[in-house]
Amino acid sequence: MKKFIHSFLYMAILGVAMSFSGKPEKMSLPLSVTFHHYAGNELLKLDSAIYKNELGQTFTISKFKYYISNLHFKTADGKDLSINETFLINEDEEDSKKMVLKNLPAWDYTSLEFIIGVDSLHNCSGAQSGSLDPINAMYWAWNTGYIFLKLEGHSPSSKSPGNFFEYHIGGYKQPNNCIRKVNLNISNKITARNLDLKVNILELFRSPTTIDFEKLSSVTDHRNAVTFADNYSNMFEVLKK
Amino acid sequence: MKYKLIYTLFILTVAFLIGNSFIIENPYFKISSKDVKLKIPKGFPKPLYSFKKNKLKADIFILGRKLFYDNILSKDNSVNCGTCHQRIAAFAHIDHKLSHGIYAKIGTRNVPALQNLIWKDAYMWDGGVNNLEVQPINPITSPIEMDETLENVITKIKRDTTYVKLFKKAYKDTLINSERILKSLAQFTGLMISANSRYDKFMRKQDTFSIAEKNGLALFRAKCESCHKEPLFTDNSYRNNGIKLDSSLNDFGRGKLTEIEKDYRTFKVPGLRNIERTYPYMHDGRFKTLKEVIAHYSNAASHDQGSDSLIKKIGVLNTQEKKELHAFLLTLTDLEFLLDRRFADPNGLQY
Ligand code: HEC
Ligand code: HEC
Repeated sequence: MKKFIHSFLYMAILGVAMSFSGKPEKMSLPLSVTFHHYAGNELLKLDSAIYKNELGQTFTISKFKYYISNLHFKTADGKDLSINETFLINEDEEDSKKMVLKNLPAWDYTSLEFIIGVDSLHNCSGAQSGSLDPINAMYWAWNTGYIFLKLEGHSPSSKSPGNFFEYHIGGYKQPNNCIRKVNLNISNKITARNLDLKVNILELFRSPTTIDFEKLSSVTDHRNAVTFADNYSNMFEVLKK
Repeated sequence: MKYKLIYTLFILTVAFLIGNSFIIENPYFKISSKDVKLKIPKGFPKPLYSFKKNKLKADIFILGRKLFYDNILSKDNSVNCGTCHQRIAAFAHIDHKLSHGIYAKIGTRNVPALQNLIWKDAYMWDGGVNNLEVQPINPITSPIEMDETLENVITKIKRDTTYVKLFKKAYKDTLINSERILKSLAQFTGLMISANSRYDKFMRKQDTFSIAEKNGLALFRAKCESCHKEPLFTDNSYRNNGIKLDSSLNDFGRGKLTEIEKDYRTFKVPGLRNIERTYPYMHDGRFKTLKEVIAHYSNAASHDQGSDSLIKKIGVLNTQEKKELHAFLLTLTDLEFLLDRRFADPNGLQY
């Protein structure tokens, strides 16, 4: 009898184990995407480090926050895994820069697509919580909508009080739509279930439009927002090691 | 002796319980689940705000009502939503041209009525707010209205044991966040539905109109209906209705948000229900009486250059027509809504 129970237990354990290993496709593990903020080739340092734009104007950065939404991980054979979530990434909060995605099948992903900002559906969905809680100060109440990206700092070239500059970029409606799609080739770039991305803030001031701190030191609604949106669409790349 | 004591205590306890239940269970303020059922009035279109992601529930409505009438939402505990939005005025502010907020600050716009909000596609005179739930962030955080932050509101609410209990009852757990505060308020304001005026009863053949009122309705349909579309008395569009720019306010309305040429100086067409009570009129409260409003529409010479082509079509109204139009507008007063106990201040402090 005892033997019977033993062998029964053994079979049960084996069965459970096999159901796990039988279909490796279904194996799901967490995957993290880490956002490394850079200014050119140096890691971004708030307040203290002094940077230069294309016009030679110097500046410091005091705040850098943005939304990333609707990730699509794609494989060469056409599989598309979508994560319809919104993440708020803030230079000031270390944890926010590491996005942990639960239960992602261990496929060979070749591309990653996401949007900078918040899609129009979530801009119209009323009161929300988590990353979309208006408490995160990434929200316009009088002309409803999320601020997709906030970049603030100081530059001697800025004519605003205290040489301050602030760029609050958002807007989901044409012609001021600031949602931008990013598509990255990530073939063989995921190591140890982690993908490292480089986010270069200098791109925000560079291309296609060079930002002159003297002429434009404050953007807090749709005016000039699209210019910045076109610039920030070039801000992301896979980190080279 | 000992029995006497127990007896007295017993009587006192009973008296206390009865007394207490009178305070808590005042039937006038009691909200049961049948009070929070959404009934679409006959002839009304499908609402644009559905309560699908904000399921109507008596305890959530009660929470929304308490928040609406609570100064806790303002920085110095001096102002609540009901200060500006008065029930007797269909939740507009009687006799105030421009809103009055915290620190006795004067706002830039007239307080609109709150009614039939779930049929609107956007809120505020310029339509800047796209969802009923997020509208209250504006008054709460405006430095001239309530001057508070959402963080502070949440902190204050979390410290208040009555609120903690109400949130638990409403949402079944202890989480208190901005989403819940805003959704509760939306249940309260979203159910403010006016559909029982004499006009509605006339349409449902439950009441009759005088000859003047009937003529007024016909005139209204000929001259005003193109923007003030029945049964909500708005087509939700943005128009310039011919009033000239007040250069002390320089309010460009919709145009300020969109910066599109044709939107300059346009405002959302207001619904006209309970118009008798919501004076003064227009986004800046420039007209005190309906007589002045009607005179404005009738006097093409006074119209703004950029006024809508439909305004130009109205033409001159003679004295009798003006009176008839006026008589009709008065049939839009909905006493059932104005006296609806569900929307009364549960503290009994405000009308
Ligand atoms: C200081 C006065 C004041 C206070 C306090 C106030 N409001 Fe208002 N409310 C206004 C004014 C003025 C407008 C119109 C604003 C505009 O068009 O720019 C308005 C507009 C609204 C609207 C939009 C109505 C429509 O048809 O577009 C809603 C809904 C509303 N308020 C709800 C509330 C709630 C809920 C509160 C409390 C959290 C509140 N209000 C507090 C003055 C106030
Ligand atoms: C071209 C569209 C249009 C037509 C036609 C029109 N209105 Fe209006 N009406 C508006 C708009 C827009 C406003 C708000 C204007 C503002 O505040 O700047 C308004 C405001 C009003 C108000 C004030 C409402 C309030 O809450 O303050 C009344 C009353 C009114 N109209 C009555 C009428 C009558 C009566 C007629 C017909 C003689 C008429 N309207 C024709 C667009 C129109």
